[in-house]
Amino acid sequence: MSLDRRPEPLSGWGRYPRHQAIGIHPADAPEVSRAATTAAHGIARGNGRAYGDAAVGADATIHLGRLDRFLSFDPTTGILVGEAGLLLAQIIDVMVPRGWFVPVVPGTRFVTLGGMVAADIHGKNHHAFGSFCDHVAWIEIDDGSGERRRCSRQEDPALFAATCGGMGLTGVIYSVAVRMQRIETAMIRQRRLRVRNLDAAMEAFEANLATTYSVAWIDCLASGAALGRSALFLGEHATLAELPVGRRERPLALPASGSRPIPIDFPDFALSMPVVRTFNALYYRRQFDAEALVDLLPYFFPLDSLLEWNRIYGRRGFVQYQCVLPLETSAAGLRLLLGAIAAAGAGSFLGVLKRMGPQSFGMISFPREGYTLALDFPASPANLALLDRLDGITADHGGRIYLAKDARAAPAMMAGYDRLDAFRALRRERGYMTRFASRLSQRLEL
Amino acid sequence: MAALPSPVLILGARSDIARALARRYVAEGCAVILGARDAARLATDVADLKVRGGSDVDAVEFDVLADDPDAFFARLGRVPGTVIMVAGLLGDQAESANRDEAARLVMATNYLGPARYLLAASRVMRARGKEGGCLIGISSVAGDRGRGSNYIYGSAKAGFTALLSGMRNSLRADNIMVMTVKPGFVRTAMTEGMALPPALTATAEQVAETVVAAQRRGRDVVYVKSVWRLIMAIIRSLPEPIFKRLSL
Repeated sequence: MSLDRRPEPLSGWGRYPRHQAIGIHPADAPEVSRAATTAAHGIARGNGRAYGDAAVGADATIHLGRLDRFLSFDPTTGILVGEAGLLLAQIIDVMVPRGWFVPVVPGTRFVTLGGMVAADIHGKNHHAFGSFCDHVAWIEIDDGSGERRRCSRQEDPALFAATCGGMGLTGVIYSVAVRMQRIETAMIRQRRLRVRNLDAAMEAFEANLATTYSVAWIDCLASGAALGRSALFLGEHATLAELPVGRRERPLALPASGSRPIPIDFPDFALSMPVVRTFNALYYRRQFDAEALVDLLPYFFPLDSLLEWNRIYGRRGFVQYQCVLPLETSAAGLRLLLGAIAAAGAGSFLGVLKRMGPQSFGMISFPREGYTLALDFPASPANLALLDRLDGITADHGGRIYLAKDARAAPAMMAGYDRLDAFRALRRERGYMTRFASRLSQRLEL
Repeated sequence: MAALPSPVLILGARSDIARALARRYVAEGCAVILGARDAARLATDVADLKVRGGSDVDAVEFDVLADDPDAFFARLGRVPGTVIMVAGLLGDQAESANRDEAARLVMATNYLGPARYLLAASRVMRARGKEGGCLIGISSVAGDRGRGSNYIYGSAKAGFTALLSGMRNSLRADNIMVMTVKPGFVRTAMTEGMALPPALTATAEQVAETVVAAQRRGRDVVYVKSVWRLIMAIIRSLPEPIFKRLSL
């Protein structure tokens, strides 16, 4: 383990904001313990896919990239154990050909196991399967006490509930045990519906709650009667019998995943309003209703084929806004959010709308029942001001923002988290406040 | 495609390059033996390789500075098909220049030990007859010409490169392939915190991928990023009166 000689500029996936940070790079389990024990205001970092400042240490940043080992897999229980730095991409490459898939996956496979726990990530199946931590059997964590702790629903359940979705603020996660799910094929049976506005989109979500996967791409620049027009993507894991005869020989084969890096920062005009508006309008028109068998990787991770796609937002970086509104206020709140975005003329390629299922057990875990909206914006002063207005709408409607995406919110936004007091109390009681802190936790007073 | 000679013995198995190599060879269906000091600490790496599909994965005690390499191969109980010497130590140039013990350690870890163990490996491969095998040495571009910034490390790597070249020449008749690998800059634990130029810097995974591909093609000397071959050709061709004035 070594300490970086100098602080280096460090940011999240959005490349905004940038801070100076000292790096610590443990290589194995004992070094993780040492890093956690000696940490003062430190935070663990996986592959740096959180958008804002969640994985930038207030003081030191503990990089877990080298803790990337599989530790065990039991095909009788389906329980996979891996070190915190193990990439989801590796799990998929190794396990899918054997007929196992991760129960909940986010929109990129370049996240780590530890990061998926810390953000309690959700996927297109949240309404049906819950969030990632609902499928975690146990976690081993170095909480700085000098002893590696194992926690689960039975063992130290308070630490488990604080760690699941706890943004790394209860210690350095060393290993995670997750229950995998069986699949017959590496393909998804996808059904696509074009819906003309927000009401139609929400109706379609409610009508398809029995479908395993559902998500909508939303045209954030449409306004008036077309406000919230969307393309809804529904999906089920394809069974062997559903594959065309030619594909049945190797049903679990993954297509070669060629990725191309974005070579340069895009100039700012690339995302100027006319370009985005045209793209969104054309994209919407192409989404006629259709059913298709699609490969698993492009279905779940459409942007992963463009490595470093964050560079399309140019040098100043970008921010992602993701909030969730309760079911009963969703229709009114979403209308106001989309209206504010359309009025500001700010929009992104990536507007995503999703119906979420019941809230999970994590004390500051993001998902709750209702609708979640996620959008990217270049980090310009005008857009940051818009985001403050969006925060106001989210707060008025009893919603919450997703900490793994956040780079700029004020502490008042934490009012949306109803169990924050319990989380803070646990951090205080166990001495975590002074040991573990990120730029995000300082900013939001977690 | 011809099968890679198995089992693959990886010496100096705790490095990032070694870990990437082991995963690659397991993915190719090879048996893999990891050798490093304090082999018990390799248990998690063995577990990792098994989950990745390795059916024959083992860890053995190995210290590149330890005497009697012949005894090491005798203890192994089987003759490896491929031996990869990954062990090495960058050290600190200033410290190596100022302190004899530091210099000795760099020389022993990068030349003396690796040379003795690969020679011992060639003896067990020759002893079993015509089957041959493959010896791979992870050397360095630093060995291509002694430079002020790292010549103690570089001189040991130069010796190692010369040894590999000679063994390649000598062992051809025994059907033993000898490959020299010069990774250039690699983003690993050894280079942590250094500002490395991206165009010249490989990942450990790229090194592993290159090694396996080069072994299949029977290559002799491999630069992981081919731009290094050009850079080092230029550096080698500079006349000494000019070279000695440069800050390299």
